[in-house]
Amino acid sequence: MTFDHTMLQKQLERILPTVQKPGRYVGGELNQIVKDWDGVETHIALAFPDIYDLGLPNLGLAILYQTLNAREDVFAERVYSPWTDMELAIRKSSIPLYALESHRPIADFDILALTLPYETLYTNTLNLLDLAGIPLYAAHRSDQHPLVIAGGHACYNPEPMSAFIDAFAIGEGEEMIHDIVNAYQAWKRSGQPRATLLKALAQVSGVYVPALYEPDYHPDGTLRELRPLDPAAPRRITKRIVAKLPPPPTNFIVPSIDVVHNRVAVEIMRGCTRGCRFCHAGFINRPVRERPVGEILQAVQTALKQTGYEEVALLSLSSSDYTQIVDLVDQVSKHASENHLTISLPSLRIETFSIDLMDKLKGSRQGGFTLAPEAATDRMRATINKPIAADQLLETARAIYSRGWSTIKLYFMIGHPSETLDDVRAIVDLCKAVIAEGRKIIGKRAVLHAGVSTFVPKPHTPFQWAPCDTPKQIQAKQELLRSELRGPGLKMTWTSPKDTLLEAWLSRGDRRMAEVIYNAWRNGAKFDAWQDQYRYEIWQAAFEQAGIDPAFYTHRMRAEDEIFPWDHISPGVRKSFLLGEYRASQTQSFRSDCRESCLACGILPTFAELRRTNPGKQWMCPEVPIRKKKAVLEPVAS
Amino acid sequence: MMRCRITYRKTAPLRYTGNLDIQKIWERYLRRAGLPVAYSQGFHPQPRIQQACPLPLGFLSQAELADIYLDDDTLRPDDITRSLQVMPYPGIEIAAVEEVDLTEATLAGRVTATEYLAEWIDPIDADQLASRVFALLNTPQLLRSRRDRDYDLRPLIEALDVLPADSAHNTGLCMQLSARQGATGRPEEVVAALGYAPFDVRYMRTRIYFTD
Repeated sequence: MTFDHTMLQKQLERILPTVQKPGRYVGGELNQIVKDWDGVETHIALAFPDIYDLGLPNLGLAILYQTLNAREDVFAERVYSPWTDMELAIRKSSIPLYALESHRPIADFDILALTLPYETLYTNTLNLLDLAGIPLYAAHRSDQHPLVIAGGHACYNPEPMSAFIDAFAIGEGEEMIHDIVNAYQAWKRSGQPRATLLKALAQVSGVYVPALYEPDYHPDGTLRELRPLDPAAPRRITKRIVAKLPPPPTNFIVPSIDVVHNRVAVEIMRGCTRGCRFCHAGFINRPVRERPVGEILQAVQTALKQTGYEEVALLSLSSSDYTQIVDLVDQVSKHASENHLTISLPSLRIETFSIDLMDKLKGSRQGGFTLAPEAATDRMRATINKPIAADQLLETARAIYSRGWSTIKLYFMIGHPSETLDDVRAIVDLCKAVIAEGRKIIGKRAVLHAGVSTFVPKPHTPFQWAPCDTPKQIQAKQELLRSELRGPGLKMTWTSPKDTLLEAWLSRGDRRMAEVIYNAWRNGAKFDAWQDQYRYEIWQAAFEQAGIDPAFYTHRMRAEDEIFPWDHISPGVRKSFLLGEYRASQTQSFRSDCRESCLACGILPTFAELRRTNPGKQWMCPEVPIRKKKAVLEPVAS
Repeated sequence: MMRCRITYRKTAPLRYTGNLDIQKIWERYLRRAGLPVAYSQGFHPQPRIQQACPLPLGFLSQAELADIYLDDDTLRPDDITRSLQVMPYPGIEIAAVEEVDLTEATLAGRVTATEYLAEWIDPIDADQLASRVFALLNTPQLLRSRRDRDYDLRPLIEALDVLPADSAHNTGLCMQLSARQGATGRPEEVVAALGYAPFDVRYMRTRIYFTD
């Protein structure tokens, strides 16, 4: 079918004045890249399956947009989920979902590449495929349909979405995306059927093609094996990483409407060496690689020139751990104060030095100072491996209140393995101690905001064997917090147990979850990440329809030798290492920061070749004396 | 410090960008162009950019006006025009830059009326439109309701003419509507009062009138 641009424009002209924030659906922003449609070989739609406001600031997609469009043979465009009002309007007018740059239908593209940073985007992914007119099930797609690929943190357990995605890109995409495009182009020129493309993709390091595997279950429902069906399918898919972080993107698209983050974002470091046992990001993003200060400063200046933005975010999982943090903050703040810029520096350690850093940035103190102690008793801190002394937290809080901030935000998690009501009560005591300090220093102006989320044991972390708290346990803990965490200056927010359950089902599910996700979507589930859109009953019904007990995924203690649905995906960290960490958590043993001495998680042997061919100090892993024994040769995961 | 008046066209890329966001876009445009915009005093300094009259979402414009204050008094309007044109911003076309006295009253306080072109997206019967316009202009009172408020549209219409179709344009209207405090006419209300669907029409502001 030929594409009638004028016709679409006229339809949109009538629709857009009737929907909220029509600026989400037109593109044309500053720094958008447009190419001649017929002048490029391969068309790629980069999708974030939630609204524009959340998707546009996504740094992962910004990186892919730049690196793909740097190729002359590729035109990469953007697409997001329309909000419910726009969905209704385009369905009514039979307008297929279109890309923002060319306004071409998504079905006309060669590749649809989705980012799935979190699990509650799964029904939106199905909805997006449906709006695009692409068959939801990978098995129903033909040679004429786009190749549907997905990447992002949630894909470290690809199984729940494996029926809907042709190929998953596991790990870092900067180099892998080009290998995928090259394999696609070679296939397209060859004129071979789609199955050939899938086999070719399975040969790309880091790519997982679920159709080439078949699961086999034990009678108790646990996995016996995920069997490769084709010699092209590797038994284990090891994530891709880049040896050295490439220069960061600077030519950010500047939205013409307000979105969640309006700013230049520069990743200063990837990965974290702290080893907090609950932290998914901490285990899947190894090894730690830093960017040089000079490169960051250069990127900030170039990006500011190209965008005109008034805010810069320096991103990492743990800003305090960046080796040159003082130097970086000194230089950035000098530039900031001369130019009315706001600098944000998230994820600071609980120590007064963090306040020195924030002081240098001279930012507004309005938003409050955020710290994440996560737990309030020494026993829990040892369990999760996040050592923070209570007096150090109080000292930091005193310093924050006395140096101009009136609000402190503390992030806690309930539901850690072995947590008791006493551990939860300690959160109350700690918060009360902090606000008492605040009131001594600045009186009634002092505010403490406690954000208490509920822990979900994630794949590829030491807690992957642990069950989630039951809704009953969560409710008892939240009830205790709600009744006792009150008083002048105290505020608390928490996560609904129903939200936590959904996150748990989706992140710990196996291939059988696909039917549940499909049922939920059929019954109207979408925007599950939105509190006002998520409907628990739909999911309950979806499980029932599929004949699956949701508790199987959430409340079951897993045996140490259980084969997990995600075991064929390797983040480079050994399963045996994670098990050691799980046992250490049960005896409340701390592990040091692995920058100091290597804990042999498995990253170095997995990427030994990559490190050898890229010498230098970018990796924060310490040098390990080579042992001749088995440790180095032990296979990744058991 | 100096104050400059910028006349610009708001084109398709910014058609669905509202007034608050346009303020931000001007701030970023000036930063990109390297023009030293002045900031207000106080706890939350804001860039001193003042728009004359908010343009409804979805409208294009040939005649927007904004006053910008710069921390510099050596720049000439030509320099500013050049800086803005070297780093163009999608959706803004600079028409003129002139320096104005710092003491002059704000543009927003002096707006009296605005002029719009309304062009139908698809062709309509021009004769029918003409007769409806004639009837409307001969009505002494046009009671309408907008956002739960009843008001009389008729006195807000200062001029209303039919524009016949030509090779490049469908039939349309040219209208001059009052834009005083508490007495602002909206062109889509006029279209609706004529018995047409307001979203079948493309709107373009062509002029803003001020008191001296």
